[in-house]
Amino acid sequence: MTSTVPETLTHVGRSHPRRDAREKLRGEAQFAGDLVVPRMLHGKVLRSPIAHGRIVSIDTSAALRVPGVVCVLTGADLHDIDPYYGHSIRDRPIIAIDKVRFHGEQVAAVAAETPAAAAAAVELIVVEYEELPVVSGVADATAPGAPLVTDRESRPGLFHGLGEMPARDGNVCYRYRIDRGELESVFARADIVVEDEYTFPSVYQYAMETHTVVAQVEGDEITLWAACQHPFLVRAEIADLFGVPVANVRIQVPYLGGGFGSKSYTKMEPLTVALARKAGRPVRIQNRVGESMVTTRRHNMTCRMRTAATADGRLLARDVECLFDTGAYADNGPRVVATAGDAAPGPYRWAAYRVDASCVYTNLAPAGSYRAFGATHLQWIGESQVDEVARRAGLDPLDVRRENLCAPGEEVRAGGKPLDADLVGDVEKVAARVGWGEPKRPLIGRGVSVGLLAAGAHPVSSAICRLEADGRVVVLVGTTEMGQGPRTAFAQIAAEEIGVDPDQVTVRGADTRFSPYDRSTGASRSTTIAGLAVQRAAADIRAQLESIAGTSDIGAGDHLALMRTHFGFAGGELIGRGEVAPIGTGSYAEGPVFWEVCVGAAEVEVDPETGFVTVLRTATAADVGRAINPQLVERQDEGATLQGIGNALFEEMVYEDGLLLNDTLLDYRIPTFEDLPGEMTCVIVENGDGPGPYGAKGCGEGALAAVPAAIVNALADAGVPMTELPLTPERVWRRIQDLKKEGTWQQ
Amino acid sequence: MDVAFSVNGREVVRDLEPQELLLDVLRDSLGLTGAKRSCDVQVCGACTVLVDGLPVSSCCYLAADAAGKEVTTIEGLAERPEFARLEEVFTRHAALQCGFCTPGMLLTVSALLEHGELAGEEAIKHGLAGNLCRCTGYRGILEAVAELAA
Repeated sequence: MTSTVPETLTHVGRSHPRRDAREKLRGEAQFAGDLVVPRMLHGKVLRSPIAHGRIVSIDTSAALRVPGVVCVLTGADLHDIDPYYGHSIRDRPIIAIDKVRFHGEQVAAVAAETPAAAAAAVELIVVEYEELPVVSGVADATAPGAPLVTDRESRPGLFHGLGEMPARDGNVCYRYRIDRGELESVFARADIVVEDEYTFPSVYQYAMETHTVVAQVEGDEITLWAACQHPFLVRAEIADLFGVPVANVRIQVPYLGGGFGSKSYTKMEPLTVALARKAGRPVRIQNRVGESMVTTRRHNMTCRMRTAATADGRLLARDVECLFDTGAYADNGPRVVATAGDAAPGPYRWAAYRVDASCVYTNLAPAGSYRAFGATHLQWIGESQVDEVARRAGLDPLDVRRENLCAPGEEVRAGGKPLDADLVGDVEKVAARVGWGEPKRPLIGRGVSVGLLAAGAHPVSSAICRLEADGRVVVLVGTTEMGQGPRTAFAQIAAEEIGVDPDQVTVRGADTRFSPYDRSTGASRSTTIAGLAVQRAAADIRAQLESIAGTSDIGAGDHLALMRTHFGFAGGELIGRGEVAPIGTGSYAEGPVFWEVCVGAAEVEVDPETGFVTVLRTATAADVGRAINPQLVERQDEGATLQGIGNALFEEMVYEDGLLLNDTLLDYRIPTFEDLPGEMTCVIVENGDGPGPYGAKGCGEGALAAVPAAIVNALADAGVPMTELPLTPERVWRRIQDLKKEGTWQQ
Repeated sequence: MDVAFSVNGREVVRDLEPQELLLDVLRDSLGLTGAKRSCDVQVCGACTVLVDGLPVSSCCYLAADAAGKEVTTIEGLAERPEFARLEEVFTRHAALQCGFCTPGMLLTVSALLEHGELAGEEAIKHGLAGNLCRCTGYRGILEAVAELAA
């Protein structure tokens, strides 16, 4: 670990045990599916068996006769509201209206006394469809005369956040373009031009807890218990959809069984509310895995990229064109595409670059956020081209990066925040951990990768600290605990500021009725931004205590006496307030809040007889500015590394003509214990250069972009350059056969 | 039909339909929500409980098949004296994150520990391959289990 931060802190910087460990280890931690609300019904959704079609009729009469069934909801029930939502583009009906646009779209929903009755009733709903031509991918969607997935006018959502809303162009709902420098003239004078086409698959986030929501509607009060990452944004969309004041929507967020972006923004909440509204009783909807796969997924993508360089390995220009398949509804597609566009050039000194990234409607399930979105899509492509430049120039790939990477303070996006990290230092550290430069056997390869992820989202968070009359501290903050450990990190921060033990601090989960506003849990923002709000709220308490005491020389043992002096009895509480608001406008153009570093290295071995790739070693850099809890930082990178191995080697949602073929974990494989690399190292880098508390900046996503790219480069170093993920044995084996035919198989 | 079995050392009798799954009976009828539903196809291990001391996926185990048997859930394991060490070691290694897989993971670990099937890293990886965790990357769990098995 390298550190330039002074070691004057007591609780911050220590690996304090997780505050939620006891509850979770004992099975006492409550998730949304564990909650029982009085009079609660069970919801079950009928989903479309086809990818695109007109709904001719829906007959619910047999379903309604099943004992225990209370009601069946269809699109016809939504005539009294504007039933379309979507935080970026308001394109998605709460439940299918007239048409279905993807395999798995919600067509009807049953509320019943028992799950069994609801399941039985769903089977009895008869729907007649008139099938329409299926737009099964981005090539179909952008072909001349392609059928339109939606013919509705594009309306901006509440949290579009990307400037002026462009009009839909055929099936292209959003386009992000950057054009810097004289691209063609730079390419014309380049000695080396690397060019190829690439494919990235559709991926399922697989939060082990599926999307689960309990909703209750009483008059104009709507209460939700929801597995959601962004309760305040969901609250706004629910209020808007159902025409009630924002303050009348209460969202309580229990522990989340994983998120990874799959529970960001609004997902199953509107349908659950609509069903509860019709039933007149609380309803729970809990997705099955196959349903969560089509609730949101990672965008599949095709990309054409070319990179220009001089004969001695100086990078000159890059040209990127990519098409992101956002499925039938935009979800977070526009943001994913913009983030991908920012990640596309890579953090190098370019004379010119051009990015043209499109977000395209198809008849696949909607695609949205998944950890390190955009960067994961593009980094493996750009970095494989940097390695190819190195090969052609006869240089060490690490040297090419030393020569070309941006330095701290340099511009990495026009008008945006300058680079706030030491990328050369980071990549040198991870390279050393996989044996860079050491002798190796044939069929073993090593690779590094470097990238940046625009992190932090919109920097608005607030927190309240309450110093109670017994000396304990309660922190109210809207961050969702989904495994990443904010309740522990925030307890350490509050303890540090107030001068108590972290075990005296309780961090409560989000409840929009009582928690102050927090924009969202995602984009690696919580420690940095919500953490800063917690720090300020705790510092406010400390300031009040010092003011009461008339001195700064007070310890935890003095708190009770000071409060009794202040309130004149053994009650009352001190309330501290902390807020983070944007510097400037907080707009995307001025951002990001910080650049999350995506730096990794890998060593792999390929079996040419089977095409099987084994990951021997990985290393990632957690360039966190300041590690509030080093152990939790390492655990974040390790989790992202395994997801990166899954994304690189075998995870893929397989579609045929718009139909999802592998909708269970029997045939969608995620990494198991046996996929652990032989060595997995996380290098924590602490340069105190983050905007968060104590110089911290977020982590946990970068490794997921870095690891697939490092694996691709390592495999190319072993002799097998690949342009399509995942790197399944079949694909790798076929590539080796092609190389043998070309006479370029090196082993 | 009435089915009698033991859950965490207490006898229970329930009137069950033949198709009812052990996971649903534990969660909905007995209020033991430590066992989690996730994949429904015996892959993820989140619903793992012990039946006569051996791990089973309760999402695919007919409740009626538990007749006359002893079922142990995380709530029962947590009452046992040996749980204190599991808890201490898993906490120290931060061998959990979201906690959704954790009860099933601990039940598998406790059963395999008891049968001496977690000796060495390869045995641990193989023995726990039926318990998925999407958060941790398994490293912390591996370290914790290696210490417990040592």
